[in-house]
Amino acid sequence: MVKRKLLILGVVLLLGLALSVNGFAKKAEVKEPYKIGCLFAFTGPASWLGEPERRTAVWIEDKINKAGGINGHPLKLLIEDTKGDPTAAVLAAKKLLKEGVVAIVGPSTSGESMAVVPIMEEAEQILVSCAAAEAIVHDPKTDTERKWIFKTPQKDSHVVQRIYGHMKKSGITKVAIITDTTGFGAQGREQLKKYAPEFGITVILDETYGPKDTDLTPQLTKIKGTEAQAIVNWSILPAQTTVMKNRIQLGITIPLYQSHGFGNTKYAAAAGEAAEGVIFPCGRVLVAEFLDKKHPQKKLLVEYKKAYESQHKEDVSTFGGHALDALNLVVAALKASGPDKNKMRSFIENKKGFVGTGGIFNFSPTDHTGLGLDSLEMLTVKKGKFDLYKK
Amino acid sequence: MDKKNSLTLLILTVCLVVFPFIVTNTYYISTMVFVGINGIIAIGLSLLMGCAGQISIGHAAFFGLGAYTSAVLTAKLGFHPWCAFFLGILLSSCIALIIGIPSLKLKGHYLAMATLGFGEITYIVFNELTDITGGPSGIGGIPKIYLAGYAMNTDIKYYFFVWAFLLLILTLSLNLIHSRIGRALRSIHDSEVAANAMGVNTSKLKIQVFMISAVFGSVAGSLYTHYVTFVSPSSFGLFFSILLVMMVVIGGMHSVWGALIGAALLTILPEFLRALKDFEIFVYGAVLLLIMIFLPRGLIGGLEYLFNRLIKKV
Repeated sequence: MVKRKLLILGVVLLLGLALSVNGFAKKAEVKEPYKIGCLFAFTGPASWLGEPERRTAVWIEDKINKAGGINGHPLKLLIEDTKGDPTAAVLAAKKLLKEGVVAIVGPSTSGESMAVVPIMEEAEQILVSCAAAEAIVHDPKTDTERKWIFKTPQKDSHVVQRIYGHMKKSGITKVAIITDTTGFGAQGREQLKKYAPEFGITVILDETYGPKDTDLTPQLTKIKGTEAQAIVNWSILPAQTTVMKNRIQLGITIPLYQSHGFGNTKYAAAAGEAAEGVIFPCGRVLVAEFLDKKHPQKKLLVEYKKAYESQHKEDVSTFGGHALDALNLVVAALKASGPDKNKMRSFIENKKGFVGTGGIFNFSPTDHTGLGLDSLEMLTVKKGKFDLYKK
Repeated sequence: MDKKNSLTLLILTVCLVVFPFIVTNTYYISTMVFVGINGIIAIGLSLLMGCAGQISIGHAAFFGLGAYTSAVLTAKLGFHPWCAFFLGILLSSCIALIIGIPSLKLKGHYLAMATLGFGEITYIVFNELTDITGGPSGIGGIPKIYLAGYAMNTDIKYYFFVWAFLLLILTLSLNLIHSRIGRALRSIHDSEVAANAMGVNTSKLKIQVFMISAVFGSVAGSLYTHYVTFVSPSSFGLFFSILLVMMVVIGGMHSVWGALIGAALLTILPEFLRALKDFEIFVYGAVLLLIMIFLPRGLIGGLEYLFNRLIKKV
């Protein structure tokens, strides 16, 4: 028994040594590098966000360094795992600040971002979040943009306006909304209710579902019994495909609108035929090859998509794009003004016409998201693939 | 409290006071703040698990109740932080009483299931009661807490603030264990029937100790809220409850010191292992596994064993 215990101990120690040797083998770069911190949730419940973000970050770091770095300085990314946990994100952010990063990109989720925001504001350092909630950049108490905080994903309110705008054109006035109970769903629900009157639309039914729900026929049966002319399904969970499938099973024929949270080829595949014809606004990463040659985003999107998909054998998602935009933005600021945080901040705040995967960014002191309604494209699913919606 | 404990407590206090003067990196200080916060809940759980022999897999709920009471009352309704702090304690102990009366009649796995259910229900309430808790998006903009006119707004100040609480709670717990009540609790741990036969009011004592550990959880929750200044349900889920149980078990169930050591290890280890990147989770698991194989009585048990051997040799 003792022998066996010793054997286990020995094996584990040897493995540990092998790992640590691997860790120390890398030599530091000769010229002083620019350090950017990254907080991504690449393990834990939000790893489907964090993992593409990390892969994208590693790709862009490599690409920039191969091209000679930023004004001759190599770029060094310090990537930390937040595990989708606000507490871990807080500690990781403090660690990165101590390691002397010029700015931090991330975190992946809104909850983690909200926990990191006070730290960055206190330290007066730039944070470019990859999460969607508007409260990240906008302080509701003072109704102003937070000085040091920016974000790259499109605003939920813009997505809602695009959906409602499309409905208005199609003559739809009564909708049923069904949202998930994550932060993403809750934000969407709030915005859907807020903007409805502006477009002359009434929300006649408001249903929700949890992350683990496997059957949503009760909610959909209720919707079937109303006079709703369309359904909006706002979710970022795999469960959203259940809404689509149950809808077909119940023979509901009114149009189904999805949120940008549907922008993941895995979801389209999971829904199968039930996804055909759904309408949703989303960034242009998913339909890069269908864009007009002259479109300003075309070159960037096609390059990113090809590189990502050939490297990882996995379809590109919009989330990695948010990290790419955030990093490119910080790098552009470094290129223009060196590692001076005040100059970098005002560079980003006044940056206009910045081409990213999420759209053309036009930042201003009153807008730290920088994206307009035109950053979103109406998409649909055709034969299991995302395509531009044309009508 | 006996001499050995008083001496250890004194040494700990000295180390804690000296620590921030040696280690000035605020990242380490802030890790220590979380060690303190987790330590407070773990000590409470250790009283319940190690001392009285009752398990709870829902202790993150009390942590969450304290945190949310402080967050909602101060950020949304403008209450004084200390007022919210004590209301949180009141709420947690009331809920512990209500939950404790029926569930502490259960034993073993059934008690585990009941507390697990309570934890999950609380988590769902935090998520779904959107109007009050802000739902999954959480509550931000929570004010800092003041002590005698001084804002606890830096890592170092908060470090002293949290560890002062921890030392207070540790002293209370050590005194409790070495009192008549502590002995009665340990008799419940060994045999509830025998304890009853000896005239110990077991059901009342179990509820009382459950309430005490709930109060400690709530205190930790309020301290967490005013430090991070943001709360969302994901910090108070099942995983955190299990982590707390792990802290108590890894540290050593039979002593509150064990809970503190366990909390320190499980808070510091993931930070320490960050350097390993992808292998982090693997090494983390291996460390926990090794401790359980070689030190079945937890870290504190191992330390005691080494200490006793050393004394024998000398």
